[in-house]
Amino acid sequence: MDVEILSRIQFAFTIAFHYIYPAFSIGLGLFLVIVQLFWLKTRRPVYHNMARFWTRIFGLTFAIGVASGIVMEFEFGTNWATYSRFVGDVFGSPLAIEGLYAFFLESGFLAVLLFGWDKVGPYTHFFATLMVCLGSHFSAVWIVVANSWMQTPAGYYLAEKVKVTADGIQHPMTAALAEGTFTIKEVPLPSDYIVQADQLDNVRAVITDFWAMVFNPSSVDRLTHVVLGCWLAGAFLVISISAFYLLRKRHTEFAKSSLKIALTMGTVAALLQLWSADETARGVADNQPIKLAAIEGLAESQTEAPLGLFGIVTWEKDEEGNITGINESSLKVPGLLSILVSGEFMDMQKASEVEVKGLYELPSDEFIKSRHPDATPEEIAKIRPDYWPEVPVVFQTYHIMIACGMALIGITILGCILWKTGMLFKLEKKWVRGFMWILVLSVFIPQIANQAGWFTAEMGRQPWVVYEVLKTSEGLSKAVKAHQVLSSLIGFFLIYTLLFFVFLYTLDRKIKHGPKDDESIEVLPEKWQKLVKVEHGPTLDK
Amino acid sequence: MDLNTIWFILVGVLLTGYAMLDGFDLGVGGIHLFIKDDKERRILLNAIGPVWDGNEVWLVTGGGALFAAFPEVYATAFSGFYDAFMLLLFCLIFRACAIEFRSKEPGRLWRRSWDWGFSVGSMLAAFLIGVAMGNVTWGIPLDENHEFVGNFLGLLHPYALFLGVTTLALFMMHGNIYLIMKTEGALQEKLKRWVKITIPVYIGCFIIFNLWTIFACPHIESVMHKRPVELGIVFVLALLVVANIPREVHKGRYFLSFLSSCAGMGFLMLLFALSVYPNMIFSNPNPANSLNIYNGSSSEGTLEIMFWIALIGVPIVITYTSCVYYIFRGKVKLTEESY
Repeated sequence: MDVEILSRIQFAFTIAFHYIYPAFSIGLGLFLVIVQLFWLKTRRPVYHNMARFWTRIFGLTFAIGVASGIVMEFEFGTNWATYSRFVGDVFGSPLAIEGLYAFFLESGFLAVLLFGWDKVGPYTHFFATLMVCLGSHFSAVWIVVANSWMQTPAGYYLAEKVKVTADGIQHPMTAALAEGTFTIKEVPLPSDYIVQADQLDNVRAVITDFWAMVFNPSSVDRLTHVVLGCWLAGAFLVISISAFYLLRKRHTEFAKSSLKIALTMGTVAALLQLWSADETARGVADNQPIKLAAIEGLAESQTEAPLGLFGIVTWEKDEEGNITGINESSLKVPGLLSILVSGEFMDMQKASEVEVKGLYELPSDEFIKSRHPDATPEEIAKIRPDYWPEVPVVFQTYHIMIACGMALIGITILGCILWKTGMLFKLEKKWVRGFMWILVLSVFIPQIANQAGWFTAEMGRQPWVVYEVLKTSEGLSKAVKAHQVLSSLIGFFLIYTLLFFVFLYTLDRKIKHGPKDDESIEVLPEKWQKLVKVEHGPTLDK
Repeated sequence: MDLNTIWFILVGVLLTGYAMLDGFDLGVGGIHLFIKDDKERRILLNAIGPVWDGNEVWLVTGGGALFAAFPEVYATAFSGFYDAFMLLLFCLIFRACAIEFRSKEPGRLWRRSWDWGFSVGSMLAAFLIGVAMGNVTWGIPLDENHEFVGNFLGLLHPYALFLGVTTLALFMMHGNIYLIMKTEGALQEKLKRWVKITIPVYIGCFIIFNLWTIFACPHIESVMHKRPVELGIVFVLALLVVANIPREVHKGRYFLSFLSSCAGMGFLMLLFALSVYPNMIFSNPNPANSLNIYNGSSSEGTLEIMFWIALIGVPIVITYTSCVYYIFRGKVKLTEESY
């Protein structure tokens, strides 16, 4: 295998593993803030015990998140050095800001959150929790901003670096000039300039507008989508463990309170996610039509475009193995894609007339002509599939994500109905126990959705690393050989597999160990004891 | 002073912060295996428990700042030192997880394995950081596009390896002093005896390393002729603070000796910065291909934006980091929330 595919596998593998944990800790962080607020407001011991127990789970996910997160920052330089040289001017800033404004905040206050119970007062402790939660959200902000810039680049121009001598003459960077006799300048390239792999040494993206880079066309949609996905991951971790306790008849009051708060959080996030998904998809339709066509397996451009529910997409290939087209068969809702893309929910007639471009017209002839000026119309059709992502994979991952999202909405709404009708905790009923078991297993659903969504987003933009500017194959490190990447990939695989099992084992032990018993307040630091109200205030349980 | 120089200083500050802070917890990791008692090992872990994570962020932010301000340098160093950095990553991952997981289970095999993961991971990380610094000082082969053209074995030459050893010795001493500050009783007595070994070992390495640099690195020797006063002053100051470490330890002023050790690192980095400036990665054998703060930097726009962002962010970070250290001041006590 060559460096490109190995480096892509390595990046995908390391980030997929990493992405399990921040999703948990961002969601749990918010949950902890809510629980601590309840504690400060009601002073009921159960909330304190909840804060304690869930903080321990939080610490576990956070530690692996941090350990696996450093890898990502290094990998841009180790595996994608040419990419880093090319985009460093634009892309480096969000990463540096993440370190300075988010990572420091999280890890600094994490110490107080985890170990500060008997060192600071409850309000300071709450403040620390809030800062950790805020920090982890900031982390998401800057990482998603950086990634979104790769999807929909904005606020930059392409420039060539030249050496300028005192007499104002520009020399190429390769010219041998005595040190100190020149300055380095970026000369803007024409707006229709197309990056060529062999000219990458001194061509790069230069930032013009920082805020345009930050608020590039896809950042806000994608950030909302990612953060809501994280909230769901955190909420369902709590839901799952609480449901397990209820089924086992352990820590009942604790589990009920946790379940109610997490279920509320999960319901809100799941419903908001429906809205966010719609916004995000419409953004994709506007900015990355090829990705939209790929996630729907849409071959021909059409009005009244249907929305696929599930199905199979395969490549159509000629004898030489070149891709010539796609075969798609799926269960479809006619016209719905056009309606969703247009956003005209009120005027169905108008909406269904909206044309959605299919892969056979994407990318456009003009785009291909600009890159292959000599291509005949026949050749253009042949070249076109080179600019398609791996459609069969993107189609499936997208539909897995949607299915998971729908399942989450169903589960949370059903959960709320049962709660409001007073059935949720009637565990003597067999079907309620069945629902509890669904809740126990539901912890996997947001995680699968997050992973599938990430694969859709990242594979859907291939073959580009910076959308329609720089190809993934052009961003590799030139100094790195395939065997080096292979050995590090094997290393990551072994270490991450081990860590994953250790994580599961430790999590399992923590769950078995459980929180302090419901009304016991003995874990409370002495100086906090006076804060407990003897008479019990209003509670969610009643 | 131009923006490029300011960023050279800022990246230097971040990496120095990393050395001072993560330096002691890597050093604690190095000492960990030499302590046999389980409870004492837990005290060691909890001495760095609340802060090691924050300390490591200095590396992450240093890396991010290097990426933003000097993308060419970042790309060249990280791809050129591929194998070494991957190994460093494995060490850091193992070590972080070892700290988190070690005390979660009482099993003998469980704890032994994580003890090794923590200790070997820490020592190897310290060593590799030193080797990387050594290569940057000595110079690595770059082509005219600043791509590394050597190989992994070429990075393992004696000079770089020796800086690796020196760094390990420095971090072990630094960690040793930190631990004396954080412990009491029999454990502290033991650590006090050890510092009589770790300090001389480091001072020995420090002297040999400086002599080796002067006699074997012509490009640094030539800088000495260019900036004799600055380098001379910093070198004398470095010597004085390093010599002050055993003095403060002897007088029982552990906090001051820890500060001296920090200052020693600061002066060492300053010495390094002064002898390479304005180069960032020296190209050896072809110095014309070196990466310096001008041909390796971002555009002026990015440097300026990032400068304002850092100007606001760094003081805030230093403020609350100090607060966290203040909250966790004093001797280590094992509680329910401890590792």
